[in-house]
Amino acid sequence: MEMKNLEIREEINQILEIVESCDQEIRNKLDDILVEEIYINASKIVQRAVRKKSNGIYQLELKLDQLLTSKYFGFPLMLLLLAGIFFITIKGANYPSKLLAFGFFWLEEQLKLLFNYLSAPWWVTGFLVDGVYRSLAWVVSVMFPPMAIFFPIFTMLEDAGYLPRVAFNLDKLFKWAGAHGKQALTMGMGFGCNAAGVVSTRIIDSPRERLIAILTNNFVPCNGRWPLIIMLATVFVAASFPASISSFVAAGTVVGVTLFGIAITLLVSKLLSKTLLKGEPSAFKLELPPYRKPQILKILYTSFIDRTLPVLKRAILMAAPAGGLIWLMGNIFVSGKSLMNYGVEFLNPIGKAIGLDGAILLAYIIAIPANEIIIPTIIMIYSNQSKMVELEISQLKELFIQNEWTVLTAISLMLFSLLHYPCSTTTLTIYKETKSVKWTIVSNLLPLAIAFIICFLVFRIGLLIS
Amino acid sequence: MTKKLSELKKGEKAVIVNVNLNGLTRRRLYDLGFIPGTIIQVAFESPLGDPVAYFIKDTLIALRRNESENIDVELIN
Amino acid sequence: MFWKKLKSKTENFVQVEIIPSRKNKIVALAGNPNTGKSTIFNRLTGLKQHTGNWPGKTVTRAEGEFEINDEVYTLIDLPGTYSLLSTSEDEEIARDFVLFGNPDTTVIVCDASVLERNLNLAFQIMQITNRCILCINLIDEAKRKGIEIDKDVIEKELGIPVVLTNARSGEGIESLKEKIFLVSNRILKPNPRKIEHKKEIKDKLNQLIPLIDKAFPGLYSTEWIALRLLQGDEKIRKAIENGNLLELINKGLFNGNEEFRN
Repeated sequence: MEMKNLEIREEINQILEIVESCDQEIRNKLDDILVEEIYINASKIVQRAVRKKSNGIYQLELKLDQLLTSKYFGFPLMLLLLAGIFFITIKGANYPSKLLAFGFFWLEEQLKLLFNYLSAPWWVTGFLVDGVYRSLAWVVSVMFPPMAIFFPIFTMLEDAGYLPRVAFNLDKLFKWAGAHGKQALTMGMGFGCNAAGVVSTRIIDSPRERLIAILTNNFVPCNGRWPLIIMLATVFVAASFPASISSFVAAGTVVGVTLFGIAITLLVSKLLSKTLLKGEPSAFKLELPPYRKPQILKILYTSFIDRTLPVLKRAILMAAPAGGLIWLMGNIFVSGKSLMNYGVEFLNPIGKAIGLDGAILLAYIIAIPANEIIIPTIIMIYSNQSKMVELEISQLKELFIQNEWTVLTAISLMLFSLLHYPCSTTTLTIYKETKSVKWTIVSNLLPLAIAFIICFLVFRIGLLIS
Repeated sequence: MTKKLSELKKGEKAVIVNVNLNGLTRRRLYDLGFIPGTIIQVAFESPLGDPVAYFIKDTLIALRRNESENIDVELIN
Repeated sequence: MFWKKLKSKTENFVQVEIIPSRKNKIVALAGNPNTGKSTIFNRLTGLKQHTGNWPGKTVTRAEGEFEINDEVYTLIDLPGTYSLLSTSEDEEIARDFVLFGNPDTTVIVCDASVLERNLNLAFQIMQITNRCILCINLIDEAKRKGIEIDKDVIEKELGIPVVLTNARSGEGIESLKEKIFLVSNRILKPNPRKIEHKKEIKDKLNQLIPLIDKAFPGLYSTEWIALRLLQGDEKIRKAIENGNLLELINKGLFNGNEEFRN
């Protein structure tokens, strides 16, 4: 190795000398001249080879652009669109969810009969049916319908070219926060999956702004968290309104939570660029691509194959062992108390302080691998302590109320779900992208601290009001 | 008359005269076609006034004021 | 079958080594964002990879396989970039692959409606590799806008094969495959138009290239390395100074996110 280095040392020195001897002025302009020459060539070729009849088509697109980015309609249209997506998702998912839950419950009965017929020991039936099967059934019936609706709609907006316009509209806010406007695009990706959102931050050139985007991507609810937020908005917040407008209230609540997440993203970005990640916003250049008609059939297929199924598959893989674990924790007794009770009692004071309880926090610990199974886990913890309920959304509320939930609990839980910490897949992705243990830890502790502070404040203020 | 790109009004057309930026920003702008001699037109601005979208070489490119202030242009009619 | 497909999808998400195994012929797919590059990828490989309509959608490199005349080719979908001269992570992945991955063919995908600006990347790629094809995509959209393109003129001007495609309908894909076959098997030898450098630069390059080749034998794209040195690229200068240029290139020259480490 040393010898080889010596051998080429002379060449290396010669190379460096030649480089140094080159006129500095020419060296500085090297790339400029190259690109200028390229454009001169390109322009000549295009003049010779391309014939353009008119520029008329763009006028229509320009009208659309001017509307979607206008001073008065730009933001309202964005909100309306967001609310519309949630509304369709909530409304559309309702019936298939019920149907699936009904089917799964029926199947559970049959499974139990089968296990009885085979005279399986009680703990086998309990572990497999009450633990593993039930959590699987829950995840599928709660998550599948909203995802199958949400993803295609979102993908259509993406394909149509609307998302860059969103980044364009919101850029000034990100500039205020010392971040990059393209962060809005990575957040859009995060709506689907935060891990994908973190990877997509590669479109941001400045390492500082990219890191900000990575650390804050967690504050946009990913699809593993939508079902929880949508369900609580429907069951707790909207339920006290007349049926005719309850869907709108539910959609409005989900939009509110989302906007809150965006506000937190901006505030935390600002905070980071004033403290840990000091710096000036870098240059912003964004292409606004032409609008293109989305390929509906292809979207239905690809969003199902690329998004819905992998996410569902991951949820199922996570839910099955977690369901078993929860059942075991509920059925292993040490000096007369189940392991689960120990956990719940230990966490209860911490949970109560921020408007939640021990069961919810325990669920968040068990569900670190996947946010999707929070609700099923909470239900299993509760139902292990009281009587089992059917797998139907309307009866859920009763179970929650039995466990002293109020609207305030639901709001705290929605906020905790929005803020807490990235799931383990996302955390791993953050490590891969940053290759830094320090920033990976920050990416977890920062949201957790914010979640505790905000839930605490909201809970206290809520108590004062009510 | 030489103006800054940021001073152009909606719909106005101009020729780029000079890009007074260095480093990566200059590189990027060059790659996007912001080169002396190129025709540029103001297309529309964002709801909050910044950034602004420009029509350049058949494409819409949005720039923040920080950049457009540093690009000199010559107005054409 | 179904689950297998899912598995291959998740594997696509992982960043692969800079130089894949050379079992098959390698075809790289480069192009600006929003040129329908991923649709071309899907058309060739049949893999239903999702494509999006905003810059930077393909943030990791996707890989797929396809066959021409019973021979298997590996297709690498590079991230959409405007240029090889700037240095965002996306662009470095694309650039390093074209430079050091030594693909048998590089297909440069362009949007027919904005050909002029897309040619910037095409020329930059033509500077560093001869084996390339220009694929002018979205011709139906261009037609609707009243844009007509004379393929033969472009072919003659650029010196590389040109294919007009509409990937959404599949139009032109067969002829693209044919051109890939011809170029990959060295039956067709493109002779791309290169941008001439100033005399002083040319003189320096003539001095530098043999020296670099001697010090670092087996390097592809020596001219590009020499140009970067002249332009003042710090990473390359350090690599030359320390004598570890080849090792760094084999590891993926710029793969580390040093900025984040501390």
